[in-house]
Amino acid sequence: MQRELTPLQRIATDFGESRLALAGLALLVLVVLAASFAPLISPQDPYDLAQLDVLDSRLPPGSTSVSGLTFWLGSDGQGRDILSGIFYGLRISLMVGAASTLCALVIGLAMGLAAAYFGGRTDGVIMRLVDIQLSFPSILIALVLLAVLGQGTGKTIFALVMVQWAYYARTVRATAIVERAKEYIEAARCLALSPARIVFRHLLPNCLPPLIVIATVQVAAAVALEATLSYLGIGVPITEPSLGLLIKNGFDYMLSGKYWISFFPGIALVLTIVSINLVADQLRDVLNPRLQK
Amino acid sequence: MPAFIIRRLLQSVLVLGFMSLLVFVGVYAIGNPVDILINPQADQADIARAIAALGLDKPLWEQYLIFLRQALSGDLGKSFAYDIPAIQLILERMPATLELALTATAVAVLLGIPLGLWAGLAPDSWPAKLIMTGSILGFSLPTFWVGLMLIMLFAVEFGWLPSGGRGPTTALFGVQVSFLGWEGIRHLILPAVNLALFKLSLIIRLTRAGTREALLQDYVKFARAKGLSNARVVGVHVLKNIMIPIVTVIGLEFGSVIAFAIVTESIFAWPGMGKLIIDSINVLDRPVIVAYLLIIVSVFILINLAVDIVYSVLDPRVRLGAQAR
Repeated sequence: MQRELTPLQRIATDFGESRLALAGLALLVLVVLAASFAPLISPQDPYDLAQLDVLDSRLPPGSTSVSGLTFWLGSDGQGRDILSGIFYGLRISLMVGAASTLCALVIGLAMGLAAAYFGGRTDGVIMRLVDIQLSFPSILIALVLLAVLGQGTGKTIFALVMVQWAYYARTVRATAIVERAKEYIEAARCLALSPARIVFRHLLPNCLPPLIVIATVQVAAAVALEATLSYLGIGVPITEPSLGLLIKNGFDYMLSGKYWISFFPGIALVLTIVSINLVADQLRDVLNPRLQK
Repeated sequence: MPAFIIRRLLQSVLVLGFMSLLVFVGVYAIGNPVDILINPQADQADIARAIAALGLDKPLWEQYLIFLRQALSGDLGKSFAYDIPAIQLILERMPATLELALTATAVAVLLGIPLGLWAGLAPDSWPAKLIMTGSILGFSLPTFWVGLMLIMLFAVEFGWLPSGGRGPTTALFGVQVSFLGWEGIRHLILPAVNLALFKLSLIIRLTRAGTREALLQDYVKFARAKGLSNARVVGVHVLKNIMIPIVTVIGLEFGSVIAFAIVTESIFAWPGMGKLIIDSINVLDRPVIVAYLLIIVSVFILINLAVDIVYSVLDPRVRLGAQAR
């Protein structure tokens, strides 16, 4: 008889069935590694002014700098290596995306569980808030907050959290209400377990699969929204250039034919977003209990 | 029914009140209102006079009431950059944004419905797969990046279309519009396509799903059994029935087209409200920022209210759901 697989093994096997998803995962791992080890693998520290030379500015891809360095993807207006800039920019983009998603997940989870568990007036107030929030487009909420608060990495993360939490709250509430009515919760109640134990040990783990899928999609959405806000000049500050800001910096040069300053950071951004989406797509299929064999 | 509308109205007033408080706190309490409301180039005597005139020596709650009263009477200060009332400035830019948003919606509908029908009628053919892959990309790629690529290809590389601006406009019933002249249309193409992409993907998916569902219905089988031509079955029987959700979504999403116009206008230097707000944030033209935020949020509250009311009239279940809660 075949050995029983642990849930994690089953998920891994199912995930591997799609080659496209595996390619997405491989790409995502590469992107995360590049961001994590940016200081080690970058040919140049783009924020160390001593390493920059004005003579190197706006060189096309493949040219050699004054100090003998090869700019594989060209250099920008200050003589920075685009490739190094992308590695460092990825760090900020991914950090902002992941941090905001995590905070929003925790807040949304708490709100959604509270709404589902207590019901009544609590549920009414929280869900009204969620409805109002979801009736405004994400970019508008972020714009209002950043216009009032001003630019900054922390403020950008805050704005992204405010944009995202409602999605989680709604999903958690819907899942939790279905789960709450099932026998295992009733059994836990009959055992006279404390409400906290029932919520965190019994209800929460069973609400997680749809949340994981949404969280993955939302990381990609957060990275894209952060890039958009930074491109508009209201996101992260110029001292911490994310991919969106790198693209913005190259925009004026692009009109005069020097495409690489904007183009390559844009490709890095798109590859990041597409790889996250590919992984999320397959996760949705794997974690959906209705599709399980 | 009246109870439902009254409750929605109260809720809208609450949201608007909260927004005005947020903007007030952000602009008056956190920032220094002297910097914000008085032109930095004014001299000392002017500043002192303005502080007294604006009532900045009064307690905060009283200042908030004054701010509200002035906002309600349409006085939100003068723009530093343009030296005309902020509200007037925004209203002047509104037609450009509306023209762009309407054109983008038209592009999304005129391309989206035929493409969605095609993908729904022959779901296994390669054009259908191509269309669906394209719609996934339309959903996931950031709008501003697609806009840059459009400029790079069609404006810089091929030089077919202008990279930005609105071009010459023509007056139509007193409103300046671009679409009446060839030069204006050339300026309109890239921004409209860019803004349309997201909605286009949405409409393609809706149309495809609706078509696939409708093809299995009895009335389609019956129409075919009557020997009607394929064009008539698809064009009349299928299309008519899938239009209801599509029209709803187009209406609902119009607000978000206006919101996302902020991005498209900034990329293509389209002189609408969206570019104005980003420019104003960058030069700290705060009266314009305050006016824009209050106006755009009011517009959204009105759209949402109208949608809710129309829905409750069309679909009694919405009202029942609200009562049961």
